[in-house]
Amino acid sequence: MNVTLSINGRDHALDIDPRTSLLDACRDHLGLTGSKKGCDHGQCGACTMLVNGRRINACLTLAVMHENDAITTVEGLGTAENLHPMQASFVEHDGYQCGYCTPGQVVSAVGMLGEIGDGWPSHVTKDIKTGTEISGDEIRERMSGNLCRCSAYPNIVDAISAAAGKTKEPA
Amino acid sequence: MRPFEYSRASSVGEARTLGGRFIAGGTNLLDLMKLEIETPEKIVDITRLPLNEIKETGDGGLKIGALVTNSVLAADERIRRDHEVLSRALLAGASGQLRNKASTGGNLLQRTRCGYFYETSQPCNKREPGSGCAAIGGFNRIHAILGASTNCIATHPSDMAVAMMALDAVVETEQADGHNREIPLRDFYRLPGDTPHIENELKDGELIVNIRLPKPKAGYHVYRKVRDRASYAFALVSVAAIVKMDGSEIAEASLAFGGLAHKPWRDPKLEAMLVGQTPKRKLFEDVADALLADAQGQGENDFKIPLARRTLISVLSEATQGA
Ligand SMILES: Cc1cc2nc3c(=O)[nH]c(=O)nc-3n(C[C@H](O)[C@H](O)[C@H](O)COP(=O)(O)OP(=O)(O)OC[C@H]3O[C@@H](n4cnc5c(N)ncnc54)[C@H](O)[C@@H]3O)c2cc1C
Ligand code: SF4
Ligand code: FES
Ligand code: FES
Repeated sequence: MNVTLSINGRDHALDIDPRTSLLDACRDHLGLTGSKKGCDHGQCGACTMLVNGRRINACLTLAVMHENDAITTVEGLGTAENLHPMQASFVEHDGYQCGYCTPGQVVSAVGMLGEIGDGWPSHVTKDIKTGTEISGDEIRERMSGNLCRCSAYPNIVDAISAAAGKTKEPA
Repeated sequence: MRPFEYSRASSVGEARTLGGRFIAGGTNLLDLMKLEIETPEKIVDITRLPLNEIKETGDGGLKIGALVTNSVLAADERIRRDHEVLSRALLAGASGQLRNKASTGGNLLQRTRCGYFYETSQPCNKREPGSGCAAIGGFNRIHAILGASTNCIATHPSDMAVAMMALDAVVETEQADGHNREIPLRDFYRLPGDTPHIENELKDGELIVNIRLPKPKAGYHVYRKVRDRASYAFALVSVAAIVKMDGSEIAEASLAFGGLAHKPWRDPKLEAMLVGQTPKRKLFEDVADALLADAQGQGENDFKIPLARRTLISVLSEATQGA
Protein backbone atom coordinates (compact mmCIF):
# COMPACT_ATOMS: atom_id res chain seq x y z
CA MET A 1 0.00 0.00 0.00
CA ASN A 2 1.28 3.46 -0.89
CA VAL A 3 1.77 6.09 1.76
CA THR A 4 3.74 9.31 2.01
CA LEU A 5 5.23 10.06 5.39
CA SER A 6 6.62 13.42 6.38
CA ILE A 7 9.51 12.72 8.71
CA ASN A 8 11.86 15.34 10.10
CA GLY A 9 10.66 17.77 7.45
CA ARG A 10 11.20 15.45 4.47
CA ASP A 11 8.58 13.51 2.52
CA HIS A 12 9.13 9.80 1.97
CA ALA A 13 6.97 7.81 -0.46
CA LEU A 14 6.66 4.20 0.64
CA ASP A 15 4.97 1.06 -0.60
CA ILE A 16 4.38 -1.00 2.52
CA ASP A 17 2.24 -3.76 4.01
CA PRO A 18 -0.56 -2.07 6.02
CA ARG A 19 0.59 -4.06 9.06
CA THR A 20 3.83 -2.05 9.25
CA SER A 21 4.05 0.01 12.42
CA LEU A 22 5.32 3.58 12.22
CA LEU A 23 8.36 2.35 14.12
CA ASP A 24 9.14 -0.42 11.64
CA ALA A 25 8.53 1.90 8.69
CA CYS A 26 11.22 4.23 10.02
CA ARG A 27 13.69 1.60 11.14
CA ASP A 28 13.32 -1.04 8.42
CA HIS A 29 12.23 0.96 5.39
CA LEU A 30 13.82 4.37 5.84
CA GLY A 31 17.04 3.56 7.68
CA LEU A 32 16.03 5.81 10.57
CA THR A 33 17.25 3.50 13.32
CA GLY A 34 17.54 6.08 16.08
CA SER A 35 14.14 5.12 17.49
CA LYS A 36 14.45 1.80 19.27
CA LYS A 37 12.20 -1.22 19.70
CA GLY A 38 12.17 -2.37 23.31
CA CYS A 39 8.87 -4.17 23.72
CA ASP A 40 6.74 -3.53 20.60
CA HIS A 41 3.68 -3.26 22.93
CA GLY A 42 3.55 0.30 24.22
CA GLN A 43 5.16 -0.60 27.51
CA CYS A 44 8.69 0.83 27.41
CA GLY A 45 8.81 4.11 25.47
CA ALA A 46 11.99 3.28 23.51
CA CYS A 47 10.13 3.97 20.26
CA THR A 48 8.84 7.42 21.25
CA MET A 49 8.37 9.88 18.35
CA LEU A 50 6.61 13.22 18.06
CA VAL A 51 3.56 13.31 15.80
CA ASN A 52 2.35 16.84 15.18
CA GLY A 53 4.42 17.86 18.20
CA ARG A 54 2.98 15.28 20.59
CA ARG A 55 4.89 12.23 21.85
CA ILE A 56 3.50 8.78 21.06
CA ASN A 57 4.63 5.14 21.02
CA ALA A 58 5.48 4.49 17.37
CA CYS A 59 5.22 0.72 17.87
CA LEU A 60 1.47 0.91 18.56
CA THR A 61 0.40 2.80 15.46
CA LEU A 62 0.26 1.91 11.78
CA ALA A 63 2.43 3.86 9.37
CA VAL A 64 -0.46 4.08 6.88
CA MET A 65 -2.46 6.03 9.46
CA HIS A 66 0.05 8.90 9.40
CA GLU A 67 -0.28 10.40 5.94
CA ASN A 68 0.02 14.22 6.24
CA ASP A 69 1.21 14.10 9.85
CA ALA A 70 4.45 15.85 10.81
CA ILE A 71 6.64 13.18 12.39
CA THR A 72 9.82 13.93 14.34
CA THR A 73 12.27 11.19 15.30
CA VAL A 74 15.40 11.61 17.37
CA GLU A 75 17.32 12.15 14.10
CA GLY A 76 15.22 15.25 13.56
CA LEU A 77 16.05 16.82 16.92
CA GLY A 78 19.79 17.28 16.51
CA THR A 79 22.92 15.96 14.88
CA ALA A 80 26.22 14.76 16.31
CA GLU A 81 27.74 18.16 15.47
CA ASN A 82 24.76 20.16 16.61
CA LEU A 83 23.03 18.48 19.51
CA HIS A 84 19.55 19.43 20.64
CA PRO A 85 19.78 21.00 24.13
CA MET A 86 18.07 17.91 25.56
CA GLN A 87 20.67 15.64 23.97
CA ALA A 88 23.50 17.85 25.21
CA SER A 89 22.03 17.77 28.69
CA PHE A 90 21.88 13.95 28.68
CA VAL A 91 25.59 13.92 27.73
CA GLU A 92 26.48 16.49 30.36
CA HIS A 93 24.54 14.73 33.14
CA ASP A 94 25.46 11.19 32.14
CA GLY A 95 21.78 10.38 31.59
CA TYR A 96 22.37 6.83 30.32
CA GLN A 97 24.48 3.72 30.62
CA CYS A 98 23.95 1.34 27.67
CA GLY A 99 22.05 4.05 25.77
CA TYR A 100 19.32 1.84 24.35
CA CYS A 101 16.43 3.72 25.95
CA THR A 102 18.05 7.11 25.40
CA PRO A 103 16.57 8.20 22.05
CA GLY A 104 13.11 7.45 23.45
CA GLN A 105 13.91 9.28 26.68
CA VAL A 106 15.18 12.34 24.80
CA VAL A 107 12.23 12.58 22.41
CA SER A 108 9.76 11.89 25.22
CA ALA A 109 11.38 14.58 27.40
CA VAL A 110 11.10 17.14 24.60
CA GLY A 111 7.43 16.25 24.10
CA MET A 112 6.85 16.29 27.86
CA LEU A 113 8.23 19.82 28.25
CA GLY A 114 5.91 20.91 25.47
CA GLU A 115 2.99 19.49 27.45
CA ILE A 116 4.05 21.36 30.59
CA GLY A 117 4.46 24.47 28.44
CA ASP A 118 0.85 24.07 27.34
CA GLY A 119 -0.24 23.90 30.98
CA TRP A 120 -1.22 20.22 30.96
CA PRO A 121 -1.55 18.82 34.48
CA SER A 122 -0.26 15.43 35.64
CA HIS A 123 -1.19 12.81 38.21
CA VAL A 124 1.08 14.49 40.80
CA THR A 125 -0.08 18.06 40.14
CA LYS A 126 -1.56 19.25 43.44
CA ASP A 127 -4.18 21.64 42.09
CA ILE A 128 -5.09 20.78 38.53
CA LYS A 129 -7.39 23.77 38.26
CA THR A 130 -4.56 26.26 38.36
CA GLY A 131 -1.50 24.90 36.65
CA THR A 132 1.72 23.10 36.96
CA GLU A 133 5.38 23.76 37.54
CA ILE A 134 8.43 21.75 36.61
CA SER A 135 9.78 19.71 39.50
CA GLY A 136 11.53 16.39 40.04
CA ASP A 137 8.23 14.77 40.99
CA GLU A 138 6.50 16.13 37.89
CA ILE A 139 9.33 14.88 35.65
CA ARG A 140 9.34 11.41 37.23
CA GLU A 141 5.57 11.04 36.88
CA ARG A 142 5.42 12.39 33.34
CA MET A 143 8.36 10.24 32.19
CA SER A 144 7.00 7.00 33.66
CA GLY A 145 6.23 5.72 30.16
CA ASN A 146 9.98 5.52 29.46
CA LEU A 147 11.67 2.59 31.14
CA CYS A 148 15.43 2.33 31.55
CA ARG A 149 16.75 -1.19 32.06
CA CYS A 150 20.06 0.25 33.32
CA SER A 151 18.11 2.33 35.82
CA ALA A 152 19.86 5.57 34.96
CA TYR A 153 16.81 7.38 36.30
CA PRO A 154 18.46 9.83 38.74
CA ASN A 155 20.70 11.21 35.99
CA ILE A 156 17.87 11.21 33.45
CA VAL A 157 15.83 13.40 35.81
CA ASP A 158 18.86 15.68 36.33
CA ALA A 159 19.42 15.95 32.58
CA ILE A 160 15.79 16.85 31.93
CA SER A 161 15.60 19.30 34.85
CA ALA A 162 18.68 21.09 33.59
CA ALA A 163 17.44 21.16 30.00
CA ALA A 164 14.04 22.41 31.08
CA GLY A 165 15.57 25.80 31.70
CA LYS A 166 17.10 25.95 28.24
CA THR A 167 14.83 24.02 25.87
CA LYS A 168 12.41 25.76 23.60
CA GLU A 169 9.09 24.26 22.46
CA PRO A 170 9.44 20.96 20.53
CA ALA A 171 10.21 21.28 16.80
CA MET B 1 -0.16 -10.12 12.90
CA ARG B 2 -2.71 -11.49 10.41
CA PRO B 3 -3.07 -9.58 7.13
CA PHE B 4 -6.00 -7.18 6.88
CA GLU B 5 -7.50 -4.76 4.45
CA TYR B 6 -7.06 -1.14 5.48
CA SER B 7 -9.33 1.77 4.62
CA ARG B 8 -9.71 5.27 5.93
CA ALA B 9 -13.12 6.81 6.50
CA SER B 10 -13.67 10.48 5.78
CA SER B 11 -17.18 10.73 7.22
CA VAL B 12 -19.24 8.97 9.85
CA GLY B 13 -21.51 7.63 7.11
CA GLU B 14 -18.55 6.26 5.21
CA ALA B 15 -17.14 4.62 8.36
CA ARG B 16 -20.42 2.80 8.72
CA THR B 17 -20.68 1.64 5.15
CA LEU B 18 -17.04 0.56 4.78
CA GLY B 19 -17.74 -2.21 7.29
CA GLY B 20 -14.89 -3.56 9.40
CA ARG B 21 -13.22 -3.07 12.70
CA PHE B 22 -12.78 0.58 13.69
CA ILE B 23 -9.34 1.73 14.74
CA ALA B 24 -8.84 4.96 16.70
CA GLY B 25 -5.69 5.33 18.84
CA GLY B 26 -4.84 1.72 18.09
CA THR B 27 -3.14 1.31 21.46
CA ASN B 28 -5.32 -1.61 22.49
CA LEU B 29 -6.41 -3.04 19.15
CA LEU B 30 -2.91 -3.22 17.60
CA ASP B 31 -1.44 -4.61 20.80
CA LEU B 32 -3.98 -7.46 20.62
CA MET B 33 -3.61 -7.89 16.84
CA LYS B 34 0.15 -8.38 17.21
CA LEU B 35 -0.58 -11.30 19.50
CA GLU B 36 -3.35 -12.54 17.17
CA ILE B 37 -5.90 -12.28 19.95
CA GLU B 38 -7.82 -9.88 17.71
CA THR B 39 -7.82 -10.93 14.05
CA PRO B 40 -9.96 -8.49 12.05
CA GLU B 41 -9.97 -8.94 8.28
CA LYS B 42 -10.87 -5.33 7.63
CA ILE B 43 -9.73 -2.24 9.51
CA VAL B 44 -11.50 1.10 9.16
CA ASP B 45 -9.34 4.03 10.24
CA ILE B 46 -11.67 6.53 11.92
CA THR B 47 -8.98 8.97 13.07
CA ARG B 48 -9.84 11.54 10.38
CA LEU B 49 -13.50 11.81 11.35
CA PRO B 50 -14.58 15.18 12.77
CA LEU B 51 -15.13 13.77 16.27
CA ASN B 52 -12.32 15.46 18.15
CA GLU B 53 -14.05 18.36 19.83
CA ILE B 54 -15.48 18.94 23.28
CA LYS B 55 -18.65 20.99 22.95
CA GLU B 56 -20.96 22.53 25.48
CA THR B 57 -24.51 21.17 25.48
CA GLY B 58 -27.52 23.39 26.13
CA ASP B 59 -28.11 22.00 29.62
CA GLY B 60 -24.67 22.81 31.03
CA GLY B 61 -23.12 19.48 30.14
CA LEU B 62 -20.38 18.56 27.67
CA LYS B 63 -20.34 16.46 24.54
CA ILE B 64 -16.98 14.77 24.07
CA GLY B 65 -16.16 13.55 20.56
CA ALA B 66 -15.17 9.88 20.49
CA LEU B 67 -11.75 10.79 19.07
CA VAL B 68 -10.76 13.36 21.70
CA THR B 69 -7.51 12.01 23.14
CA ASN B 70 -7.18 11.11 26.79
CA SER B 71 -4.56 13.86 27.25
CA VAL B 72 -6.64 16.59 25.65
CA LEU B 73 -9.66 15.54 27.68
CA ALA B 74 -7.70 15.50 30.95
CA ALA B 75 -6.23 18.95 30.22
CA ASP B 76 -9.46 20.60 29.08
CA GLU B 77 -10.18 23.56 31.34
CA ARG B 78 -13.87 22.75 31.68
CA ILE B 79 -13.16 19.16 32.66
CA ARG B 80 -10.51 20.25 35.16
CA ARG B 81 -12.84 22.81 36.67
CA ASP B 82 -16.22 21.04 36.64
CA HIS B 83 -15.52 17.32 36.32
CA GLU B 84 -12.24 17.00 38.17
CA VAL B 85 -12.74 13.32 38.96
CA LEU B 86 -12.50 12.61 35.22
CA SER B 87 -9.24 14.54 34.74
CA ARG B 88 -7.80 12.76 37.76
CA ALA B 89 -8.82 9.31 36.50
CA LEU B 90 -7.36 9.97 33.05
CA LEU B 91 -4.10 11.29 34.49
CA ALA B 92 -3.80 8.19 36.67
CA GLY B 93 -3.96 5.93 33.60
CA ALA B 94 -1.29 4.65 31.22
CA SER B 95 1.61 6.98 30.21
CA GLY B 96 2.03 10.37 28.58
CA GLN B 97 2.67 8.76 25.19
CA LEU B 98 -0.33 6.43 25.42
CA ARG B 99 -2.71 9.17 26.58
CA ASN B 100 -1.71 11.22 23.54
CA LYS B 101 -3.04 8.44 21.29
CA ALA B 102 -5.79 6.80 23.33
CA SER B 103 -9.24 8.06 22.35
CA THR B 104 -12.33 8.52 24.50
CA GLY B 105 -14.28 5.88 22.55
CA GLY B 106 -11.39 3.40 22.44
CA ASN B 107 -10.72 3.78 26.13
CA LEU B 108 -14.28 2.68 26.95
CA LEU B 109 -13.82 -0.41 24.79
CA GLN B 110 -10.35 -1.50 25.90
CA ARG B 111 -10.23 -5.16 26.81
CA THR B 112 -9.20 -6.93 29.99
CA ARG B 113 -5.58 -7.37 31.08
CA CYS B 114 -6.21 -10.95 32.29
CA GLY B 115 -2.94 -12.79 31.59
CA TYR B 116 -4.71 -15.82 30.13
CA PHE B 117 -6.68 -13.67 27.71
CA TYR B 118 -3.27 -12.57 26.40
CA GLU B 119 -1.78 -16.08 26.34
CA THR B 120 -3.19 -17.87 23.32
CA SER B 121 -1.97 -21.31 24.47
CA GLN B 122 -4.35 -21.13 27.45
CA PRO B 123 -8.10 -21.70 27.67
CA CYS B 124 -10.09 -18.47 27.88
CA ASN B 125 -13.83 -18.12 27.33
CA LYS B 126 -13.48 -14.47 26.47
CA ARG B 127 -10.97 -15.10 23.71
CA GLU B 128 -12.36 -18.45 22.62
CA PRO B 129 -15.91 -19.06 23.85
CA GLY B 130 -16.34 -22.51 25.37
CA SER B 131 -12.64 -23.18 25.93
CA GLY B 132 -12.74 -22.66 29.71
CA CYS B 133 -11.24 -20.14 32.10
CA ALA B 134 -7.65 -20.67 33.15
CA ALA B 135 -7.81 -17.82 35.66
CA ILE B 136 -10.18 -19.73 37.95
CA GLY B 137 -7.74 -21.62 40.13
CA GLY B 138 -4.83 -19.99 38.30
CA PHE B 139 -2.96 -16.71 38.64
CA ASN B 140 -5.80 -14.38 39.48
CA ARG B 141 -4.32 -11.61 41.59
CA ILE B 142 -5.82 -8.86 39.39
CA HIS B 143 -9.22 -10.51 38.95
CA ALA B 144 -12.76 -9.69 39.98
CA ILE B 145 -14.34 -9.96 43.43
CA LEU B 146 -17.80 -8.75 42.39
CA GLY B 147 -20.18 -9.90 39.65
CA ALA B 148 -17.92 -12.65 38.28
CA SER B 149 -19.26 -15.91 36.85
CA THR B 150 -18.00 -19.47 36.61
CA ASN B 151 -17.08 -18.65 33.00
CA CYS B 152 -14.96 -15.54 33.51
CA ILE B 153 -13.53 -13.57 36.43
CA ALA B 154 -11.82 -10.81 34.43
CA THR B 155 -11.89 -7.11 35.34
CA HIS B 156 -12.37 -4.05 33.14
CA PRO B 157 -9.11 -2.09 33.18
CA SER B 158 -10.23 1.46 32.36
CA ASP B 159 -9.75 4.30 34.83
CA MET B 160 -11.60 6.82 32.66
CA ALA B 161 -14.76 4.69 32.53
CA VAL B 162 -14.92 4.53 36.34
CA ALA B 163 -14.99 8.33 36.59
CA MET B 164 -17.51 8.55 33.76
CA MET B 165 -19.70 6.05 35.57
CA ALA B 166 -19.71 8.30 38.65
CA LEU B 167 -20.55 11.26 36.38
CA ASP B 168 -23.54 9.49 34.74
CA ALA B 169 -22.06 9.72 31.25
CA VAL B 170 -24.12 8.74 28.21
CA VAL B 171 -22.69 7.03 25.11
CA GLU B 172 -24.05 8.37 21.80
CA THR B 173 -23.73 6.02 18.86
CA GLU B 174 -24.56 5.60 15.22
CA GLN B 175 -25.62 2.10 14.28
CA ALA B 176 -24.69 0.30 11.07
CA ASP B 177 -28.11 1.16 9.58
CA GLY B 178 -27.59 4.88 10.26
CA HIS B 179 -29.84 5.10 13.32
CA ASN B 180 -28.57 6.99 16.30
CA ARG B 181 -29.05 5.93 19.88
CA GLU B 182 -27.99 6.82 23.38
CA ILE B 183 -26.86 4.34 25.99
CA PRO B 184 -26.33 5.48 29.58
CA LEU B 185 -22.89 4.23 30.61
CA ARG B 186 -24.47 2.47 33.54
CA ASP B 187 -26.34 0.21 31.08
CA PHE B 188 -23.46 -0.01 28.59
CA TYR B 189 -21.30 -2.77 30.06
CA ARG B 190 -22.29 -6.37 30.70
CA LEU B 191 -21.35 -8.83 33.41
CA PRO B 192 -19.58 -11.95 32.10
CA GLY B 193 -22.39 -14.46 32.76
CA ASP B 194 -22.02 -17.23 30.21
CA THR B 195 -21.03 -14.88 27.37
CA PRO B 196 -17.85 -13.16 28.60
CA HIS B 197 -16.84 -12.44 25.00
CA ILE B 198 -19.76 -9.97 24.75
CA GLU B 199 -18.63 -7.05 26.89
CA ASN B 200 -21.06 -4.24 26.12
CA GLU B 201 -24.32 -3.36 24.41
CA LEU B 202 -22.80 -2.17 21.10
CA LYS B 203 -24.05 -3.99 18.02
CA ASP B 204 -21.86 -5.04 15.10
CA GLY B 205 -20.63 -1.99 13.22
CA GLU B 206 -22.03 0.48 15.75
CA LEU B 207 -19.82 3.55 16.06
CA ILE B 208 -19.40 5.56 19.25
CA VAL B 209 -19.78 9.16 18.13
CA ASN B 210 -19.79 11.14 21.38
CA ILE B 211 -19.77 10.64 25.10
CA ARG B 212 -21.98 13.12 26.90
CA LEU B 213 -21.54 14.37 30.43
CA PRO B 214 -24.60 15.84 32.12
CA LYS B 215 -24.30 19.13 33.95
CA PRO B 216 -21.45 19.24 36.48
CA LYS B 217 -21.83 17.49 39.81
CA ALA B 218 -20.89 19.94 42.52
CA GLY B 219 -18.89 18.81 45.51
CA TYR B 220 -15.54 17.29 46.32
CA HIS B 221 -14.14 15.13 43.51
CA VAL B 222 -11.60 12.40 44.11
CA TYR B 223 -10.18 9.48 42.13
CA ARG B 224 -8.10 7.15 44.26
CA LYS B 225 -6.16 4.47 42.42
CA VAL B 226 -4.32 1.75 44.32
CA ARG B 227 -1.74 -0.08 42.24
CA ASP B 228 1.56 -1.96 42.41
CA ARG B 229 3.64 1.04 41.26
CA ALA B 230 3.16 4.75 41.84
CA SER B 231 2.77 5.35 38.11
CA TYR B 232 2.11 3.49 34.85
CA ALA B 233 0.27 0.49 36.29
CA PHE B 234 -3.33 -0.68 36.12
CA ALA B 235 -5.58 -0.34 39.16
CA LEU B 236 -5.90 -3.13 41.69
CA VAL B 237 -8.71 -1.14 43.26
CA SER B 238 -9.90 2.34 42.39
CA VAL B 239 -12.64 4.58 43.72
CA ALA B 240 -14.19 7.59 42.02
CA ALA B 241 -16.19 9.73 44.43
CA ILE B 242 -18.08 12.99 44.29
CA VAL B 243 -19.52 14.13 47.60
CA LYS B 244 -21.47 17.29 48.31
CA MET B 245 -22.03 18.47 51.85
CA ASP B 246 -24.86 20.59 53.24
CA GLY B 247 -23.60 21.89 56.54
CA SER B 248 -22.63 18.82 58.52
CA GLU B 249 -24.72 16.44 56.43
CA ILE B 250 -23.95 14.63 53.20
CA ALA B 251 -26.26 16.15 50.58
CA GLU B 252 -25.26 14.15 47.50
CA ALA B 253 -22.88 11.30 46.76
CA SER B 254 -21.78 9.51 43.65
CA LEU B 255 -19.46 6.50 43.79
CA ALA B 256 -17.94 4.14 41.23
CA PHE B 257 -15.27 1.48 41.50
CA GLY B 258 -12.55 0.04 39.28
CA GLY B 259 -10.57 -3.18 39.55
CA LEU B 260 -13.42 -5.03 41.23
CA ALA B 261 -15.52 -6.38 38.40
CA HIS B 262 -16.03 -7.06 34.69
CA LYS B 263 -17.33 -3.52 34.43
CA PRO B 264 -16.86 -0.25 36.28
CA TRP B 265 -18.98 -0.89 39.38
CA ARG B 266 -21.78 1.34 40.58
CA ASP B 267 -24.12 0.52 43.44
CA PRO B 268 -26.83 3.16 44.06
CA LYS B 269 -27.73 1.71 47.46
CA LEU B 270 -24.37 2.91 48.82
CA GLU B 271 -25.18 6.46 47.78
CA ALA B 272 -28.61 6.22 49.39
CA MET B 273 -26.98 5.08 52.64
CA LEU B 274 -24.82 8.22 52.69
CA VAL B 275 -27.28 10.94 51.78
CA GLY B 276 -28.73 12.86 54.75
CA GLN B 277 -26.21 11.37 57.17
CA THR B 278 -23.48 12.96 59.24
CA PRO B 279 -20.09 11.62 58.20
CA LYS B 280 -18.59 9.20 60.69
CA ARG B 281 -16.34 6.21 60.64
CA LYS B 282 -19.14 3.75 61.47
CA LEU B 283 -21.22 4.98 58.52
CA PHE B 284 -18.30 4.58 56.13
CA GLU B 285 -17.67 1.06 57.43
CA ASP B 286 -21.31 0.14 56.91
CA VAL B 287 -21.21 1.48 53.35
CA ALA B 288 -18.04 -0.47 52.60
CA ASP B 289 -19.58 -3.61 54.06
CA ALA B 290 -22.64 -3.11 51.88
CA LEU B 291 -20.44 -2.76 48.78
CA LEU B 292 -18.63 -5.97 49.61
CA ALA B 293 -21.49 -8.05 51.02
CA ASP B 294 -21.41 -10.40 48.03
CA ALA B 295 -17.67 -10.13 47.33
CA GLN B 296 -15.90 -13.35 46.55
CA GLY B 297 -12.15 -13.84 46.38
CA GLN B 298 -10.55 -16.31 43.98
CA GLY B 299 -7.46 -17.06 46.03
CA GLU B 300 -4.70 -14.75 44.87
CA ASN B 301 -7.04 -11.76 44.80
CA ASP B 302 -8.54 -12.25 48.28
CA PHE B 303 -6.59 -9.18 49.39
CA LYS B 304 -8.80 -6.99 47.21
CA ILE B 305 -11.71 -7.37 49.65
CA PRO B 306 -10.00 -5.63 52.61
CA LEU B 307 -8.18 -3.33 50.19
CA ALA B 308 -11.45 -2.14 48.62
CA ARG B 309 -12.98 -1.71 52.08
CA ARG B 310 -10.12 0.43 53.38
CA THR B 311 -9.83 2.43 50.18
CA LEU B 312 -13.51 3.34 50.23
CA ILE B 313 -13.44 4.30 53.92
CA SER B 314 -10.38 6.47 53.33
CA VAL B 315 -11.89 8.14 50.25
CA LEU B 316 -15.14 8.90 52.08
CA SER B 317 -13.24 10.47 54.99
CA GLU B 318 -11.24 12.63 52.61
CA ALA B 319 -14.25 13.64 50.53
CA THR B 320 -16.49 14.57 53.47
CA GLN B 321 -13.74 16.59 55.13
CA GLY B 322 -12.72 18.30 51.91
CA ALA B 323 -16.25 19.14 50.79
C1 LIG C 1 1.29 -0.31 28.52
C2 LIG C 1 -0.13 0.15 28.68
C3 LIG C 1 -0.58 0.65 29.90
C4 LIG C 1 -1.89 1.10 30.04
N1 LIG C 1 -2.31 1.55 31.26
C5 LIG C 1 -3.61 1.94 31.43
C6 LIG C 1 -4.10 2.38 32.68
O1 LIG C 1 -3.37 2.44 33.67
N2 LIG C 1 -5.40 2.75 32.78
C7 LIG C 1 -6.24 2.71 31.70
O2 LIG C 1 -7.41 3.06 31.85
N3 LIG C 1 -5.81 2.29 30.50
C8 LIG C 1 -4.51 1.91 30.34
N4 LIG C 1 -4.09 1.46 29.11
C9 LIG C 1 -5.07 1.26 28.05
C10 LIG C 1 -5.34 2.46 27.20
O3 LIG C 1 -6.05 3.41 27.97
C11 LIG C 1 -6.18 1.98 26.01
O4 LIG C 1 -5.35 1.19 25.21
C12 LIG C 1 -6.75 3.11 25.19
O5 LIG C 1 -7.58 3.94 25.98
C13 LIG C 1 -7.54 2.58 24.01
O6 LIG C 1 -7.95 3.65 23.19
P1 LIG C 1 -7.57 3.66 21.62
O7 LIG C 1 -8.18 4.86 21.03
O8 LIG C 1 -6.12 3.46 21.44
O9 LIG C 1 -8.37 2.36 21.18
P2 LIG C 1 -8.16 1.40 19.91
O10 LIG C 1 -7.06 0.46 20.21
O11 LIG C 1 -8.12 2.18 18.66
O12 LIG C 1 -9.55 0.64 19.96
C14 LIG C 1 -9.96 -0.17 21.05
C15 LIG C 1 -11.27 -0.84 20.67
O13 LIG C 1 -12.31 0.12 20.54
C16 LIG C 1 -12.88 0.07 19.23
N5 LIG C 1 -13.19 1.47 18.91
C17 LIG C 1 -12.35 2.53 19.01
N6 LIG C 1 -13.02 3.68 18.78
C18 LIG C 1 -14.31 3.34 18.54
C19 LIG C 1 -15.49 4.08 18.25
N7 LIG C 1 -15.49 5.42 18.16
N8 LIG C 1 -16.64 3.41 18.06
C20 LIG C 1 -16.69 2.05 18.16
N9 LIG C 1 -15.60 1.32 18.41
C21 LIG C 1 -14.43 1.94 18.61
C22 LIG C 1 -11.87 -0.61 18.36
O14 LIG C 1 -12.49 -1.28 17.30
C23 LIG C 1 -11.23 -1.56 19.35
O15 LIG C 1 -12.02 -2.71 19.50
C24 LIG C 1 -2.76 1.05 28.94
C25 LIG C 1 -2.32 0.58 27.70
C26 LIG C 1 -1.02 0.13 27.56
C27 LIG C 1 -0.56 -0.37 26.22
S1 SF4 D 1 -10.94 -14.56 33.53
FE1 SF4 D 1 -12.05 -14.22 31.59
S2 SF4 D 1 -10.45 -13.31 30.32
FE2 SF4 D 1 -9.36 -14.37 31.99
S3 SF4 D 1 -9.02 -16.52 31.32
FE3 SF4 D 1 -10.96 -16.49 32.39
S4 SF4 D 1 -12.41 -16.23 30.67
FE4 SF4 D 1 -10.45 -15.54 29.90
S1 FES E 1 8.88 -0.41 21.64
FE1 FES E 1 7.21 0.96 21.64
S2 FES E 1 6.81 1.20 23.74
FE2 FES E 1 8.32 -0.35 23.74
S1 FES F 1 20.59 3.45 29.49
FE1 FES F 1 20.42 1.29 29.27
S2 FES F 1 18.27 1.07 29.11
FE2 FES F 1 18.43 3.11 29.72
